[in-house]
Amino acid sequence: MLRIVNGKVHDPANDIDGEVRDICVKDGKIVESVPAEARRIDAHGMVVMPGGVDIHCHIAGPKVNLARKLQPEDHRYDVQHRTPITRSGTGGTVPSTFTTGYRYATLGYTTAMEAAVPPLGARHAHEELQDTPVIDKGFYILMGNNILLYDLLKEGRFKDLREAVAWWLNATKSYAVKLVNPGGDEPWKGQRNANVTKLDKKIDSLDITPRQVIKGLVDAAADLDLPHPAHIHCNNLGHSGNYETTLETMRTAEGRRVHITHIQFHSYGGELGSEPLSKAPEIIEYINTHPNVSADVGQIMFGKATIMTGDAPLSWLLRNLSGDKKWVNADTECESGCGILPFAYQEHIYTHALQWAIGLELFLLSKDPWRLVLSTDHPNGGSFASYPRLIRLLMDRNFRKEEMSKVNQRALRKINRSHLDEREYTLQEIAIITRAGPARLLGLRDKGHLGVGADADIAIYTEDDNKEEMFGVPRYVIKDGQMIIDNHEFKNDHEGRTLHVAPAYDHDIEQVIRPFFEDFYTIRFDNYPVTEHSLTLHQPFPIERRSINR
Amino acid sequence: MVNKTNPENPIPENPIIKNATCTFCGCVCDDVDLTVDTEAKRIIKAKGACAIGKAWFLEHGVEDRPQALIDGCHASMDEAVEEASQILANAHYPLIYGLSDTTTEAQRQVVGIADIIGGTIDTTSSVCHGPSGMAFQGVGESTATLGEIKNRADLVIFWGANPAESHPRHFARYSVTPKGRDIPNRKKDRTIVMVDVRRTPSTKASDIFLQVKHGSDFEVLWTLRALVRGRKVDPAIEARCGVPLAELEDLAERMKKCRYGVMFFGMGLTMTRGRHFNTSALMSLGTDLNKHTHFVVIAMRGHGNVTGADSVLSWQTGYPFGVNFSLGYPRFNPGEFTSVDLLSRGEADAAMIVASDPASNMPKAAIERLQNIPVIALDPKTTATTKLARVSFTTAPYGISTGGTVYRMDNVPIPLRKALDSPFPSDETVIRAIRKRVTELTADREPITGDLSAKVPA
Repeated sequence: MLRIVNGKVHDPANDIDGEVRDICVKDGKIVESVPAEARRIDAHGMVVMPGGVDIHCHIAGPKVNLARKLQPEDHRYDVQHRTPITRSGTGGTVPSTFTTGYRYATLGYTTAMEAAVPPLGARHAHEELQDTPVIDKGFYILMGNNILLYDLLKEGRFKDLREAVAWWLNATKSYAVKLVNPGGDEPWKGQRNANVTKLDKKIDSLDITPRQVIKGLVDAAADLDLPHPAHIHCNNLGHSGNYETTLETMRTAEGRRVHITHIQFHSYGGELGSEPLSKAPEIIEYINTHPNVSADVGQIMFGKATIMTGDAPLSWLLRNLSGDKKWVNADTECESGCGILPFAYQEHIYTHALQWAIGLELFLLSKDPWRLVLSTDHPNGGSFASYPRLIRLLMDRNFRKEEMSKVNQRALRKINRSHLDEREYTLQEIAIITRAGPARLLGLRDKGHLGVGADADIAIYTEDDNKEEMFGVPRYVIKDGQMIIDNHEFKNDHEGRTLHVAPAYDHDIEQVIRPFFEDFYTIRFDNYPVTEHSLTLHQPFPIERRSINR
Repeated sequence: MVNKTNPENPIPENPIIKNATCTFCGCVCDDVDLTVDTEAKRIIKAKGACAIGKAWFLEHGVEDRPQALIDGCHASMDEAVEEASQILANAHYPLIYGLSDTTTEAQRQVVGIADIIGGTIDTTSSVCHGPSGMAFQGVGESTATLGEIKNRADLVIFWGANPAESHPRHFARYSVTPKGRDIPNRKKDRTIVMVDVRRTPSTKASDIFLQVKHGSDFEVLWTLRALVRGRKVDPAIEARCGVPLAELEDLAERMKKCRYGVMFFGMGLTMTRGRHFNTSALMSLGTDLNKHTHFVVIAMRGHGNVTGADSVLSWQTGYPFGVNFSLGYPRFNPGEFTSVDLLSRGEADAAMIVASDPASNMPKAAIERLQNIPVIALDPKTTATTKLARVSFTTAPYGISTGGTVYRMDNVPIPLRKALDSPFPSDETVIRAIRKRVTELTADREPITGDLSAKVPA
């Protein structure tokens, strides 16, 4: 039991903006009050927030582990010692699992969502997440290049498509539906490394278009009442002129809920093949005026990154642009592709400076922090370890100005400077884009806030003008009511839960899926689903079936 | 002992276990139907399994063996756990080795022991595809799951591998004869190429056989890289590698022209002259070919869960094998922290061997060291290693008497089905018990806190 007193509470979901009030904790939950003998934490001079929620990162599963294996040079220089309570590990942009959990906790983050797991690798992702301590976690499954779903779409079998999506979410114990470069894997794997570029052009060898895939899955996720809508990595990531594809993708949702991820990488103007320009104002204008759309930014941060993506053609392009760097491609049968490439963003490079500025432009032009939330697409745009620095960039215009003076100036001249000069995020807005907003977008009702009944996931930071230092070293971190960091000291290890949805579905769909497995998969249908007993601590989110008139 | 991740479910009454998974080799076939004779406590039929798979299932009945031995004398589980834990906790430079024939659930636990005792942990990768792991760190690779090969590959190359004997169902399930989505006419739609130093029982499955001179794989691969890049190559290469230049040119053309190509590579490449240079060359060639078409490479991993061992070590430590914790954090250095080297130099002063038999296949100097230090062994059977061990545990064979997870050669995780009740605990159960006791024994030790890590260069 715990009573936190004298702290300035930032709990935007409950309209509390810096008020000094008590927060009480009992049995892992926020409660109305606790007896007098409960431990008191005097948070005078401190800010109390819900634990951070990362809506989009890459921390577990097949591609993450390949990226880990690929970069011993990253681990060698960044090691984590064992302590009597914590396991040892290694860091870099792709830390070992234990180190990942501890490092999220030491930033005051208590929930993180792995954003791209091929369903066939779900069992692997679960094993890694079980070895990722402290935080609660879950993952999204790659559905945008699924051959069976394509077959159903082609035949206009929307009901079967929806049931199959529900089956897959259950079979993998995952949290959401993810699309990556919808339609792109088939030409990549089957047409000599080609790709799709237009939403309405038929995918070679398949009688459907990327737009049909997007629409089909946006509808399926919405019809199933999933807590998080279709989570989309749009086509043409990184290409000049791609903002039109992004706008078209958002329009395809036709007013239904959709989440566009790392939208910074999809906000470029200019001609294909030439230098990109910023179209952040156009993109953010669309989001500001369309409440069905949410996004995370995918800010790039200068320094070392690792490109790891279901978008294999993109990684190949970047690999060829940056010389014959070591590169990984990994195809998953019937389901997805994957590309991995060590990378570094450099201030003096035009494109990198522009990408950096576009991310900031999106943040600073956003009118609804609940719908445009913070991410670096860890580790694609930079490590999650750089979140405190990113927060400082948003909160401190003098610091931002200083940083802007260090980057390629030609790139900055292509941006409307007035977008970057003035606005400073408030603590309340930071609390929204790093915890309350992501939790709401994920439909996690017990997270991202400090109201009675919420999970007792709490971060307490000492107020400091230097926001990077403030958010980099929380004074206290509490997970499920457990004191993890106590007065800056790491005190307890903790096992977090795996969060997954369990939508109701029509079991007849198995008669459609089973024969496909027998023909085209190399694992038996009966051996594919991840069963509850192979999970350790987990929290299913059952979803009842409404009547669907479609 | 609560075994949360892997509850040992009661066996259903039906004595036929459908879709059981064979863990004998890296193919990890998961379509075997096992018929169990519950009276005799044996599997009597393994429908669908290959010859070695059948042998695996049929020969692992429940035997009348002691649960544990200490110095050759019967011991209780508790006594053996205590003795093993004392050995590990008191050793200065302990080694944990093996892991390729047990579940990932057990592997995940045993890395924790290495961490606590500041020991070295290494897997059989270091004597098979370790060089592939090193090559991967250097150049990366383009790879795929086996279903992509079945559904798409029209050019299938085996290099230094003999699947007909080592992975008997590989041809039929994945690479040569199955019907695939884009390969409707099975073998007719595929070109099969074998590259090896001699003819093997696999050779007859090939359309093209390239017999290279022993020890010249690197040169052949490098020549192909040159040819794929359109460079001129001196015909004298034939004298060096035993294959006419025209044949290599033909192969390079086929590689560029295929629609989806794959090179499977085996220990003929990793354990011969050149080792990780060979595999680097092969992975680089595979990557180069992506400028022309889609091309992937896949290692022919041997043991049922050696791929899982690489994966688990990577996610817990960042490195795939040969990991040392003596400074309080993971370090990787093949040659320094790999078992054969560490034993042959007489460095390890205790060893725990999990599901492997180094005493019958390591070099003499390494075996001699094992004979002279306290060894703990976990194995379902009596082996040369269990015989020389100070403490040996009889454990339940994985995938026969335990559930759990294994990773196929292409990194696809596959669940195991338990068919036979065993009086013996799983590896995981024994390892958890040892881990718990070792944690207690080392609890009052000062953690290593000195910052001995290399610094990030400015």
